[in-house]
Amino acid sequence: MSDVTDTTDSADTLVGIVLVSHSAAVASSVAELAKGLAGGGPTAPVAPAGGTPDGGLGTSSELVSAAAAAVDRGAGVAILADLGSAVLTVRALLAEGDELPADTRLIDAPFVEGGVAAVVTASAGADLAAVEAAATEAYSYRKE
Amino acid sequence: MLDADFFRRWMTATAAAVDREAERLTALDSPIGDADHGSNLQRGFTAVVAALAKESPETPGAILVLSGRQLISTVGGASGPLYGTLLRRTGKALGDADEVTEEQLTDALRTGVDAVMTLGGAAPGDKTMIDALVPAVDALGDSFAAARAAAEQGALATTPLQARKGRASYLGERSIGHQDPGATSSALLIAALDEAAAASDASEAADE
Repeated sequence: MSDVTDTTDSADTLVGIVLVSHSAAVASSVAELAKGLAGGGPTAPVAPAGGTPDGGLGTSSELVSAAAAAVDRGAGVAILADLGSAVLTVRALLAEGDELPADTRLIDAPFVEGGVAAVVTASAGADLAAVEAAATEAYSYRKE
Repeated sequence: MLDADFFRRWMTATAAAVDREAERLTALDSPIGDADHGSNLQRGFTAVVAALAKESPETPGAILVLSGRQLISTVGGASGPLYGTLLRRTGKALGDADEVTEEQLTDALRTGVDAVMTLGGAAPGDKTMIDALVPAVDALGDSFAAARAAAEQGALATTPLQARKGRASYLGERSIGHQDPGATSSALLIAALDEAAAASDASEAADE
């Protein structure tokens, strides 16, 4: 990591987060929730990629690619997906090689809790590995 | 030898079979899935045929890679990345040769099926497309007709299985007694391969 203290420059190096769901409403709501919980200041770039382009339930590789490009600031992109075709589409795009920004990872994490953890840590300036660790750790949070 | 025309015929015959069987695929997907398998694959293979006409790829490998990319970007359901990966990896394994042998196709298809298993995490017996594809590749060394019969038998044999992957797995024992839609469409893909081969034999016979 470079030793940048200027806030404008450091904001340029935040990890981007993409939230992929079968439902446009779920993806955008989780994005809103995560940004809301990340605090009052500027947050990491977050983009939802939910549903199909015609508004139906499903996964669109175009929406995923566009969202990843939109949040890429050069510090890497963390993608969280809900289930089924959302996960498989991201994996297939990663295998494709040139469809997503260079340092893009599919994060194995629960969608809502992991999404919040990812956005909070990324907004604090954490690097991609730390964002991934925080999101994955959400699995260990027991509810009873 | 199998040339680019053979692979174009395979994709065209698959698109025609998916069109013909779309309602049946969606009906199979209704009790154990989300009732969109036929329409999703129809959208995907319609896009494949259109892309092949527009871009005219000239090698077997390029035809399958382009077809796979179209499926990944247009299907919208899990069958998009799964069939897309199958065709793209098979195409990449064929390289840039103008013609390939049946043995090379068999090896490449096995690479593609392995990639699908890695992507989806399914193994034989999980009540998925793998249950038609693995026996088909195993029989492809004998003949295209044997591969077709093996795929169709594999699809029928998914009926008594309990689903262990995909949405149907949420149903647990209630998934038993339904033929898997993915295995059924995989059998259509392999049947189309046999149709493409039969058309080659017919045109060779006509040339003699």
